[in-house]
Amino acid sequence: MIKLEKAMAKMDAAKAQRGEAPQPEAAQPAAAPAAAPPAPPHPVQITATSRAPRSQWWDVWDQFKTHKGALFGLSIFVIILVGIFLGPLVWKTAPSYVDLLARNKGPSAAHPFGTDQLGRDLLARILAGGQITIAVGMTAMLLSLFLGTAIGVLSGYFKRLDGPLMRLTDLFLALPLLPLLLLMVTLFREPLSKAFGPETGIFILIVTAIGATSWMQTARIVRGDVLVLKEREFVLAAKSIGTPPRRMILRHVLPNALSPIMVSATLGIATAVITESSLSFLGLGFPPDFPTWGRLLFDAVDQMQLYPARVILPGIAISLTVLSVNYIGDGLRDALDPRIRGR
Amino acid sequence: MFTYTLRRLLIAIPTLLIISLIIFLLLEAAPGDPLGDVPLTVPPEVKAKMREALGLNSAWWVRYLLWLKQFFWVEPVHLWDYTFGTHFGDGMQRVISFQSRQPVMAIIAERMPQTLMVVGLAYIVGVLIALPIGIISAYKQYSWFDNIGTFIAMLGFSVPTFFTGVVLIIVFAVKLQWFPSVYDTMLEVTDWSSFWQQIRQMVMPVTVLALYNAAQISRFMRASMLDNLGQDYVRTARAKGLTENVVVLIHVLRNSMIPVITVIALGVPTIFGGAIITEQVFKVNGLGQQLILSIYANDLPMVMTLTFIFAILIVLFNLVADLLYGILDPRIRYD
Repeated sequence: MIKLEKAMAKMDAAKAQRGEAPQPEAAQPAAAPAAAPPAPPHPVQITATSRAPRSQWWDVWDQFKTHKGALFGLSIFVIILVGIFLGPLVWKTAPSYVDLLARNKGPSAAHPFGTDQLGRDLLARILAGGQITIAVGMTAMLLSLFLGTAIGVLSGYFKRLDGPLMRLTDLFLALPLLPLLLLMVTLFREPLSKAFGPETGIFILIVTAIGATSWMQTARIVRGDVLVLKEREFVLAAKSIGTPPRRMILRHVLPNALSPIMVSATLGIATAVITESSLSFLGLGFPPDFPTWGRLLFDAVDQMQLYPARVILPGIAISLTVLSVNYIGDGLRDALDPRIRGR
Repeated sequence: MFTYTLRRLLIAIPTLLIISLIIFLLLEAAPGDPLGDVPLTVPPEVKAKMREALGLNSAWWVRYLLWLKQFFWVEPVHLWDYTFGTHFGDGMQRVISFQSRQPVMAIIAERMPQTLMVVGLAYIVGVLIALPIGIISAYKQYSWFDNIGTFIAMLGFSVPTFFTGVVLIIVFAVKLQWFPSVYDTMLEVTDWSSFWQQIRQMVMPVTVLALYNAAQISRFMRASMLDNLGQDYVRTARAKGLTENVVVLIHVLRNSMIPVITVIALGVPTIFGGAIITEQVFKVNGLGQQLILSIYANDLPMVMTLTFIFAILIVLFNLVADLLYGILDPRIRYD
């Protein structure tokens, strides 16, 4: 923190020397212009009183930037996202286009990653698979985050709900999750794909299954935070002017519990991507014509002795995504911890 | 401590009952038909008889209670008979697998050794690698060793086990031909050469799982060591003139091990159930593979029993972890 303030002061002083007043940000109330006259006689004093306020997110970003791994992870993740979602605009081969004359080809100009046993272009399939994998990861993360935060806030804020909800969390933690996931996915795949079509049905199934089995950690962390926040003075103050519970939670408690929620959000993407790939790898994920990364890997395993590249490329895609997201989560955890920040 | 243990054990009973009910209802709600694989040529009246023989006609709660009775009463009685040669359990209906018509417990007992050997060994190896790495990483925080250790640990829990397994197969089984790619389940260890063969086929699955376990445990070890290294008692120990070895390996390590041991205990249930994917990759005929086979085959009693056994293990080792924490750390008192 000290370093940061020094740097800020230096910047402001330099500005003042150049004869310009530090620009107050929009968030600063109307008092700022009065404190910054056009030609300040004592620039240093004035900069000290009207230093533009920074939102705490800038501090977080500054700290995040010092974490090399996190920055690296962020850039890799952005590259992956851009590649997956903008790549198909550049690389126009359809992932399902079957070219039986070009089966099992190695890398070439026409097919940079080669083709599979039906002559489908592997690059196009990996790009298309990435979209599904990332979409599943994000949606499942949002669902588990929503469940976890809701249960955590409710049990932390309302004493009466605390007991039952925490017993529920303990119960879920004691469930053998992978076997149950496998069960849910096998048992309900047919009715759901009949009801919503194969793609949407399986998507809903997998996202719900992952979301419903991964909210417990978030709920526990959020509950702990809410319990602490509830004892703080600003909550008492808000209560004393008659804030109803709903607004209290949304306006006062949740924003202050945001940091652990954000960290579990990033880590949630990583676990969701791994779980989806594992299900696909066991043959219980999406149907064959929806090439998620796990599915591509699963399809290629039979022929891995002849064509190892087909196994390795989707595997690297999964691993890089999870690795980068994990590093982002690591950096975010450090950056959001005010005890570490600015040290 | 005793009353705490007793209370926890008493809480565990309803927990397990609810879990078994959840699993049962999940299986019940599923539309799959266990007779779906029976050929269409079988006449309907025979099918109806088969349904009756499988007990599929009674209400769900009757079958649930029956399963509970079989699992908690008939199976232990049979185990007793088997161990002591008595005949109390004769004529009692055991939990029978739809698929193989064998008692479920017999199949589990048959497959348990492979799982325990491969996955259990991997867990032990993982712990043995993780502890020194965690200790050195924490002692030399931000050194090159720590940075590499952090990176490898990150890799270890970011790269899914099915991918590490497949890569190992491609490199060591296909290209270098050092190890067999598929676990030979018929192999019996009778002499040195078959023993050597057994070792060779265990290397890769054990490596994959050990890497995965070591990644997580070494992180816990490092964090716990770091917490303790900054404590006042460490400065006191150094000020007394103790050697660095004694300070780190006795004073700090003993205190740092407390949370790590509970983490290790919490991970034990995964030995039995969590290695489903690795067993599938290397075709090890363990419990995880059996679970997948039964799920594919709609073998409800097998799936139910296996999943419930995993649940028992999780609840049990949660309790063990909590109790260990209380025993090891005198500051924690549960009463």
